[in-house]
Amino acid sequence: MLQYFLRRCISIIPVLLVVSILVFLFVHLLPGDPARIVAGPDADEATIRQVRIELGLDKSFPEQYLTYMGRLFRGDLGKSLRSKLPVAQEIALRYPPTLYLAAASMAWSILFGVFFGAYAAMHRGKWQDYTAMVVAVSGISMPQFWLGLLLIQLFAVHLGWFPVTGFTGKWKELVLPSLTLGATVAAIIARFTLSSFLDVLQEEYINTARAKGLLERVVMWKHAFRNALIPVVTMVGLQFGFLLGGSVVVETVFAWPGLGRYMIESVSVRDYPVLQALLLLYSFQFVVINLLVDMLYAVINPEIRYK
Amino acid sequence: MADKTVTPFLIFWHKFKRQKSALVAGIFILLLVLAAIFAPFLAPYDPYATDYSQAMMPPSKEHWAGTDVFGRDILSRILYGARISLAVGLSSVAIGAIVGVTLGLLSGFFGGFLDELIMRTSDVLFAFPGILLAIAVVAILGPGLVNVVFAVAIFSIPTFARIVRGNTLAIKESLYVRAARSMGASNNRIMFVHIMPGTLGGAIVYFTLRIGTSILTASSLSFLGLGAQPPTPEWGAMLAESRDYIGVADHLTIFPGIAIFLTVLAFNIFGDGLRAAFDPKIR
Repeated sequence: MLQYFLRRCISIIPVLLVVSILVFLFVHLLPGDPARIVAGPDADEATIRQVRIELGLDKSFPEQYLTYMGRLFRGDLGKSLRSKLPVAQEIALRYPPTLYLAAASMAWSILFGVFFGAYAAMHRGKWQDYTAMVVAVSGISMPQFWLGLLLIQLFAVHLGWFPVTGFTGKWKELVLPSLTLGATVAAIIARFTLSSFLDVLQEEYINTARAKGLLERVVMWKHAFRNALIPVVTMVGLQFGFLLGGSVVVETVFAWPGLGRYMIESVSVRDYPVLQALLLLYSFQFVVINLLVDMLYAVINPEIRYK
Repeated sequence: MADKTVTPFLIFWHKFKRQKSALVAGIFILLLVLAAIFAPFLAPYDPYATDYSQAMMPPSKEHWAGTDVFGRDILSRILYGARISLAVGLSSVAIGAIVGVTLGLLSGFFGGFLDELIMRTSDVLFAFPGILLAIAVVAILGPGLVNVVFAVAIFSIPTFARIVRGNTLAIKESLYVRAARSMGASNNRIMFVHIMPGTLGGAIVYFTLRIGTSILTASSLSFLGLGAQPPTPEWGAMLAESRDYIGVADHLTIFPGIAIFLTVLAFNIFGDGLRAAFDPKIR
């Protein structure tokens, strides 16, 4: 087990390395001279030259990359071009709201997704199955920003049950955004749970359990359910990436003070140190979550470890 | 079917037509394509024509879907928007498919270092959630519809490459490929004439499903202000404009959203139908 974990940990290093190189090169892929962007539109040639030296842009690419990585390991992500504050500080400020949003969305989408997927599987071919799956495929096709706008329209503006936008730390403000963000993931989990369940139901031991005369309810919830959940765990882990991406859209709809909206704002003002840091953070999170999911998977399913 | 030859297409059609919802979705897509092509004849108004005396009118006999803040006819804008969404969806997936299928073929056929390089790069592409990758690409290229097409195309590539690589590995060892090789066929001929057709089944299913996702992503980017710019009648951009009038004029939000939703839904259901029809396990 330990050996498998170690091997898996080592395997993410090259991925992170490539990601860091790409993110580093990001600045140089941007059209225009980074020094000119930093110095501002009115700067004269001398100022731009000085900024270029300050930023180390006059050195070779490998040298620049090493400096960049060195600063990264010391926790220095550079300064925002817009606010002139350290990027790390700006991100720390916006991280908690995004985390709350993602956690709330994940929680309810797992709950609903697994329940409806299992429910559909138990009523295979009946109207419950069809209804659950029609709702699921609709959830996958629903543009998140539209769902968000509709929820605001109905529950915030017309009914007045929830605040329209923003986040100041109250749970009521979390309801509509997390419903919006979790809808697609809930649908994906439901579909996946259904197919996983149907696979398990064809296994011999389910026949055996039924032949023993066990109640159908016991067969379903005790024998089938637990085994059907194993592949679902992986699926749920992978959906975190989707949540991170979706949070960009949902945070914009709900004027949520998190990382996603920060990213969109930074794109429009070309605040590239912020973009670099966010891209790095997002991919780092995604890679680490995948790693954790793989490990969890190995814990639940011993077959994996021996491969 | 006793007196008919059973071709693979007949088997496919037999399995596909049993799925009523996929059939309906297919017809919807066909109608949508026709509506997009003939938008200039179907649209009751010029999608760009403003009329401030008619601003923000709810649906009526003159304007079936109402008018927007500039008095433009929303139905006409949605019809023209179908052109944009379909074109963006199709072209971005097509670019992704061409690049992805080629890379997958090369990767599976030659193996070795090239295979490692292509597959590890696609791992890294997978490391970015799709829309974030697209935002990063738009940040580099600048906002605009054409750039959105490229941004969305890039993250279709890895999956196409994987599907085709897997099939290539299987087909490469088959008897008829070895026969072709023994007759002196060149690598290019074996790859593109003998192997590629066999890999396309899975790719076609993914192509259809991907169009839905791509339309969704592209309209999200336009909604975020990174894609189509006003006054272009793009569905996502129309929804972005509607945001300031929530509760004042609900029809602004409802109709463009329905257009995106139904289009994406149709492609997803149609794709699911194709997948079931291509699946040899289902009879």
